Amino acid sequence: MNALQFIETSISDGIGYISLNRPKQLNALNRIMVREIVSNMEEFDRDPQVKVILLSGNGKAFSAGADIDEMVNDDPISMELTNQFADWDRISLVKKPVIGAVKSFVFGGGFELALSCDFLIAASDTQFSFPEVTLGVMPGAGGTQRLTKLVGKTKALEWILTAERIKAKTALQYGFINKIVAPELLMEESVDFARKIAKQPPLAVRLIKESINKAVDYPLNEGMQFERKNFYILFASEDQKEGMKAFVEKREPKFTGG
Amino acid sequence: MLKKGSQNSQADKGCSMYETIKYRVENGVAWLTLNRPDKLNAFTSQMNKEIQKAIKISAGADEVRAIIITGEGRAFCSGQDLSDVDEGMNLGQKLREDYGPMMEQIANCEKPIIAGVNGVAAGAGFSLALACDFRLVSEKASFLNAFVNIGLIPDSGNLYYLSRIVGHAKALELSLLGEKVTAGEAKNIGLATKVIGVDEWNEQLKAFAENIANKPTKAIGLIKRYLEASYHLSLEEYLKEEAEGQRIAGLTKDYAEGVTAFTEKRKAQFIGK
Repeated sequence: MNALQFIETSISDGIGYISLNRPKQLNALNRIMVREIVSNMEEFDRDPQVKVILLSGNGKAFSAGADIDEMVNDDPISMELTNQFADWDRISLVKKPVIGAVKSFVFGGGFELALSCDFLIAASDTQFSFPEVTLGVMPGAGGTQRLTKLVGKTKALEWILTAERIKAKTALQYGFINKIVAPELLMEESVDFARKIAKQPPLAVRLIKESINKAVDYPLNEGMQFERKNFYILFASEDQKEGMKAFVEKREPKFTGG
Repeated sequence: MLKKGSQNSQADKGCSMYETIKYRVENGVAWLTLNRPDKLNAFTSQMNKEIQKAIKISAGADEVRAIIITGEGRAFCSGQDLSDVDEGMNLGQKLREDYGPMMEQIANCEKPIIAGVNGVAAGAGFSLALACDFRLVSEKASFLNAFVNIGLIPDSGNLYYLSRIVGHAKALELSLLGEKVTAGEAKNIGLATKVIGVDEWNEQLKAFAENIANKPTKAIGLIKRYLEASYHLSLEEYLKEEAEGQRIAGLTKDYAEGVTAFTEKRKAQFIGK
């Protein structure tokens, strides 16, 4: 693998860490950086050592948005040919849970990256915003879709049209983050949370994530059928046998991931 | 070390970029002096912005461990400069643009802030003193919730802070009657931390601030944070937050120093981190 320019990665204790690492630019996302993030997520997704992925930002902020300099001279044809958002699409194909640990500025592309995570733990000083409209454009990496699916049309339209900064408390109230923690403890609390998920039987975690994502996009009946198939599949796993046996024997289960 | 150096220069640079206030850092204390003495230090938009900026810089500068806000001349601050507003002005907008951001900056600052109330604190000048953590009051100073006398309501966080400091009934009394509160009465109702004689004013203000500046600054910030949080949470939620706060304090160098000094039976030397 090529040396990483804009992110840092490591694996420890079942957690695959990805840290945005352009702190001087407040982790502004450029195209190579996005590709590095996505490629490493995919690599972690296939690595049996990794049970859960934890995405965070080095320095003051999670990410202040996309690298505008990179787009100043773009035209529709160049963008169609570059097809930069194809990388973003791959994030939603990651099967393992992705936790985002966010703080301070989570703007534009940084907000879209955060919304691509399955869980968000936010420092109390976090502010989310889609400022694209003030530059005469709009979110292009899923912002209008993901935010709307999470909070509904009313607030999504308001926030994206006004570019208003959304504070962590409001984000929690509208349910697009999971938890607010003190800024000093962001990583500690996020790792604690990641460990909890990493302890669960991985196949069940995988199929639960898949089923819940279907609930967002499928009609109810299709989703119910999908859920049922996944439920049945889990009965082929060793962890199901161990889990149920342990329950009957009134002891703690020992999951192996099989 | 490099980081600290750059922050030093940031606070130093602060001294020359103000017109309505004076700013200097000495022995860990940032002195923010409202400097429009011929107008009794009344607020203009520019002064709102300069106070906001000075608080922001102080909050971010490692060498600042306490902040004093005081006034040049005979007043602390007489409130909004009425020559800077006209009758048609949208007062809601004025508050949202000038006073709100300043008051939020003060509320978000985790370093201890001392109001050195050297003279009259009226209107928004009263509010400014209320937003501070301590009010050291000169014996010749007074407070005046003057708003009602011109048909307005106390603003800039005034009622929010005042009711917490003196209680609901006294807050209503001061706000509805709009009468002067002397230094002595301010002490009696818990509004003043301490009343200081004119002759000892500078010396005592300085000593009070420098004493606070030598305390464990991070822990002080956390105490401010969690005391404020307590007003917005149930006990159950608060106890969870408190545990986070103590976890953070337990990670500081000052905690390690505090415990070591205690076991070695010597005075702790806190660095604020």
